[in-house]
Amino acid sequence: MMNSKNVLDSVPEEIEMALGVSRQSYRYGAESIVFKARVEELSGQNINLCYQCGACSSGCPLSKEMDLLPSKVIRLVQLGREDPLYSRTIWICSTCFECEVRCPRGIDIASVMEALRQIMLRRKYSEVRLESIDPEKLRGLPQIALISNLRKLMA
Amino acid sequence: MDDGPRIGVWVCECGGNIGGVVDVEEVVERFRGYVAEVSKETFLCSKPAIDGIRDAVIKQGLEGVILACCTPKMHLETFMRSLEEAGLNRAYIEVVNIREQCSWVHMADPAGATQKTIDLIRGAVERVRCSTPLEPLRMKVIPEVLVIGGGVAGITASLRLAEFGMKVHLVEKRPSIGGHMIQFPKVFPTLDCSQCILTPKMASVSKNPNINLITYAEVSEISGVPGDYTVKVTLKPRGVDLEKCTGCGECSPVCPVEVPNEYDESLGSRKAIYVPFPQSVPPAYTVDFGSCILCGKCLEVCAPDAIILDDRPKEIELRVGAIIIATGYELYDPMNLSNYGYGKYPNVVTGLEMERILDVNGPGMGQLLVPKTQRPIKSVGYILCAGSRDPENGKPYCSKVCCLYALKQAQMLRDRGVEVWLHYIDIRAPGRRYEEFYRATQEKGAMFVKGKVTEVLPYSEKLLVRGEDMMLNIMVENLYDLVVLCPPLVTSDDTLKLAKGLRVPVDEDGFILERHPKLDPLATKRDGVFAAGVVTGPKDIQTTTSEAEGAAMKAVNFLSKERLIEPNKAVIYASLCDGCGACIEVCPESAITLRDGRAQINELLCSGCGACIPSCPKEAMDQQGLSESQLKAQIRGILEPSEAEIKIIAFVEGEVAYTAVDLAGLARIGYPSSFRIIPLPSMSRLKLSHILYAFALGADGVMLLEAPEHEGPYGRAHAISEKRAEEYRLELEDHGIDSVRLWFSRIYIPDWRKLERVFKVFHSTIEGEGPLDPETRAFLRNRLGLT
Ligand SMILES: Cc1cc2nc3c(=O)[nH]c(=O)nc-3n(C[C@H](O)[C@H](O)[C@H](O)COP(=O)(O)OP(=O)(O)OC[C@H]3O[C@@H](n4cnc5c(N)ncnc54)[C@H](O)[C@@H]3O)c2cc1C
Ligand code: SF4
Ligand code: SF4
Ligand code: SF4
Repeated sequence: MMNSKNVLDSVPEEIEMALGVSRQSYRYGAESIVFKARVEELSGQNINLCYQCGACSSGCPLSKEMDLLPSKVIRLVQLGREDPLYSRTIWICSTCFECEVRCPRGIDIASVMEALRQIMLRRKYSEVRLESIDPEKLRGLPQIALISNLRKLMA
Repeated sequence: MDDGPRIGVWVCECGGNIGGVVDVEEVVERFRGYVAEVSKETFLCSKPAIDGIRDAVIKQGLEGVILACCTPKMHLETFMRSLEEAGLNRAYIEVVNIREQCSWVHMADPAGATQKTIDLIRGAVERVRCSTPLEPLRMKVIPEVLVIGGGVAGITASLRLAEFGMKVHLVEKRPSIGGHMIQFPKVFPTLDCSQCILTPKMASVSKNPNINLITYAEVSEISGVPGDYTVKVTLKPRGVDLEKCTGCGECSPVCPVEVPNEYDESLGSRKAIYVPFPQSVPPAYTVDFGSCILCGKCLEVCAPDAIILDDRPKEIELRVGAIIIATGYELYDPMNLSNYGYGKYPNVVTGLEMERILDVNGPGMGQLLVPKTQRPIKSVGYILCAGSRDPENGKPYCSKVCCLYALKQAQMLRDRGVEVWLHYIDIRAPGRRYEEFYRATQEKGAMFVKGKVTEVLPYSEKLLVRGEDMMLNIMVENLYDLVVLCPPLVTSDDTLKLAKGLRVPVDEDGFILERHPKLDPLATKRDGVFAAGVVTGPKDIQTTTSEAEGAAMKAVNFLSKERLIEPNKAVIYASLCDGCGACIEVCPESAITLRDGRAQINELLCSGCGACIPSCPKEAMDQQGLSESQLKAQIRGILEPSEAEIKIIAFVEGEVAYTAVDLAGLARIGYPSSFRIIPLPSMSRLKLSHILYAFALGADGVMLLEAPEHEGPYGRAHAISEKRAEEYRLELEDHGIDSVRLWFSRIYIPDWRKLERVFKVFHSTIEGEGPLDPETRAFLRNRLGLT
C-alpha cells in the first residue's frame, strides 16, 4: 500500500526554489517544469486536468501491489515532482487501460505511466532482467505477462 | 330558539365516507326545529347541491349557513363564493369538519362519532348566532416603488419596473450607481467585459422618465403601512449642482487634494472633487467634503457655475406602495484574519482589490504590479475560504462566488503568463457552465492545492504560504509575489439599519430573511417589501438579476390592485383601555401604538394572531371574526348539551396543526371520539377564562395543539403561547383543577402520525382522572357568572 511519506523521503534530491533561495520546495522550479513538460509531451496528456477524484486508483486491478497509487502518480507529476520515477508503481502497471476508461477528465493515465518508464529507461534503468529470472519459472509464466514486461523494456 | 339569524344546516354523507359511520339521519333529526332549515346531501360539494343550498338561502331568507362535511381546506372557498353571491356575509358561513375529524377517525365508534358530529354542528350554530358581518378592508395603494441600492440588482429591478410603467425611486448611497459589478473587468463564467454589459443599463436608468434616480443619498426614515409608505431620504451634500454640471472634468485637475479612491478599493487615488470612474451615472462630479479644504480653486474653472462649496444635506420625502431592498454586500474585514497578514504586507490583497489590479483602467493601468512596492507580479497564490465556512474565525457559510471569481482571475492571470496557485478546501462550482469554467482554468495551467492555508509570512520581497497538500499528505511552503485572500461576502451595517427601520427580520448572519427560503424567496416577512441580490445571501450576478426581475414583478403584482385585507383584526374598546401598554409588548407585528393615552391598532399591520387579546388586564380587546362571544358560544354549544361521557376540547392552530389533524383523518388513524376541535389562529389567542369556561361547561380536559415556533403563519405568536400555557396550568391548580387536564403540544405537519399517540395518551389520562367533579364545576360556573 502507498505510504507517501516514505516515497517522498526516498527522493534523491529536492528542487530548490526559483530565486535561488535554499529551501525545500513543494512548488516546482525550473527542473520540475522541464520534467512535467517532458511527461506531457511523451504521453500527450494535459496533466493539469486531473482533479484528484481517485477513480483511476480505485479502478486499477493492481493498485494493491503499488507503492504509489495511480492518482498520486498523476498528482506528483502535476506538481513536477519526479517521485513517481522511483516508485515500483510504474513497473507494476500492466497497461490494461482500466484507469483511462474511468478518468472523468479524459486523462490517459496508462500513457503517463508509459512516459515515466520511458524516462527511466532512457536513464539506463531497467526494472526486469530476463537473465535474473529462474528459467524454470520463466517457462511457467504466461506469455502475455512476459510480453507486456518486454514491451516496457523496449519502450 | 328563534333569536338571532335564521340558520340552515346541511349535512353531507360524502357517499359512504361520512354516512357509513355517522348516523346522518339522526343528526338531521336532532337539528329539526333547532334551526330554520336542515337537510342532508349525498355529495354537498356537487354543483346541484351547491346550487340547491344557494336557492334555499334565497327562497327561505336564511341568514346563516352551516355545512357539515369534509375539511374546510377542501371546499370552503367554493361554498363561500356561491353563498356570497346569494347575499350571505362570510361571517355567517361555517364549515364543520365531520369527515376528517369524525367518520374517518372514529370508524369503530359510530355512536361516539354521531354524538361528536351533533356537538360540533351545535357549536357552529351557536357561534354563527353571535356573528357580526365582516367586511374586507379595502386600501388604495400608491403605485410607486422605492428601490434601495443601485447595484446590478437595483438597476435591473428599476428598469423592469419602469418598463412596466411603474414609477420608481432608486436610492443609491454612493455618487454613482453600478455597485460591485462595475468594479470588475470581466465576469465569470463567460469572461465578458463587465463594464461593457452594465454601462448601457446604467445609462438607461438615468434616461428613463419613470425612474427618479437619487444618488449620494440614504433612506433615513420609513413609516406607514404596506401599500402606502412614507420615506424620508437624506441627500448628502454633493457640492455640485446635478442639473448644471456638464461632467467636463475641468475641476478635478486643479484640486490640490488627493485621497484614495474607494472605487479602486483605495489602491488608486482621486481628487476631493471627482467622479468615481469615467462612466459614472449620473456623470456629475461630487465634492467629498470629508477631504475638501475649501480652497475654492475648482470654482474658478467651473464654467457652468455648478459647484456649491457651502452645500448642506437635504431631506426629501417620497410616498411609495412597495419597497425593494437591494443593498448588496461588503467583504468580511480580512484584518480579522491576522495569520494571513492583510494590512501588514502590501502584497496581501483581497479578491476585490485584485479585480481592480486586473482592470486595464485600474490603479496600475492594467500592469500587474504589487500595490505600493510596484514590483511585478509573476506568481500569485489564492487563499480560498479566507474566513468562510469557518464560524470560529469568520462566517459559517459558503460565500458561493469566491471559487468562481478566483477561477476567473486565475484564467486572466494565466492568459498573461502568470503562475497561479489556488489553495482551496473544496472547489464549489455548481451551476450552469461553472464546472466547465473550472476545467478550463485547469486547462490553462492553474495549480490547485487542497488544504487550508495556515499562515502567510514575509520572505524577502515575497510571501511564504504554508499549508497542506491533502492529496499527498505533505506540507506545502510556496513563495508568491502576491497573495489574494477570498473573504466571505457579508451583510453591511447599512443593511442592518435599514432592516431595523423597515422591521424586516434578518437571519443569523444578518442577511435579509426571505418570507420562505424556498417557496417565497423574493418576499420579506413584511407585506410589500421585497429583496433581491446578495442582500439575501451570497450569489452570482446571474441569480442576482433573476431575483431582481422577480422582485420587480412581485412589486407590480402587489401594487396592481386595490388591496383587500382580511378583516380578522384585533380591536380595542377605547372606553375600557387605560393605556397600560401590555398589548404593545406582546404584538409580534408592532401593530399597536399608544395615542392619547389609549392603545390603538393599525389594522393594516395587525396579522390577526390574537396574541394581544389575553394580555389586556382590562379585557378591552377583542377580535373581528373570532370574537369573545363567538368563541364562548361555540364552546358552550359543543359542550353543554352533549351526552358524551368524556369531553375534551382541543384548540388547534389553524394552518399547520390543523392540516396534521386532517392528514391523520386521511390516513384513517383511529383515536377516541372525546376530542372536539376548535381552530384558532394561534394558541396565544386563548385566555385562561376560555379554558375555565370549557371546564365549567362540561369539559374534562383541554388540549392545545400549536404550530411549531418557526413554521406557523403568525411568527412569534406561536412562541408566546407555550409560556402562557405553563402559566395557565399553574392557575388551573389554584382553581382546584389538576394541571394534567391541560395539554400542550406542538405539531408539525409530518408529525400527523404522532397525533394518534397524543390523542390516546391524553384521553386515557383524563379517563384515569375521571370526569371533573361537580363541585369544581359549580364553583367555576359561579365564578364565571354562568347560570
Ligand atoms: C471579488 C468578486 C468578484 C466577483 N465576480 C463575479 C463575476 O465575475 N460574476 C458573477 O456573476 N458574480 C461575481 N461576483 C458576485 C457579484 O459581485 C454579486 O453577485 C453582485 O454584485 C450582487 O449585486 P447586488 O446588486 O446584489 O449588490 P452590490 O453590487 O453590492 O450593490 C449594492 C448597491 O447598494 C448600495 N447600497 C448599499 N447600502 C445602501 C443604502 N443603505 N442605501 C442606498 N444604497 C445602498 C451600494 O453602494 C451598491 O451600489 C463577484 C464578487 C466578488 C466579491
Ligand atoms: S481518474 Fe483522472 S481525474 Fe481522477 S485522479 Fe485519476 S487521473 Fe485524476
Ligand atoms: S474646493 Fe475642495 S474640491 Fe474644490 S479644488 Fe479645493 S479642495 Fe478640491
Ligand atoms: S398581537 Fe396579533 S392580533 Fe394583536 S394587534 Fe398584534 S398582530 Fe394583531
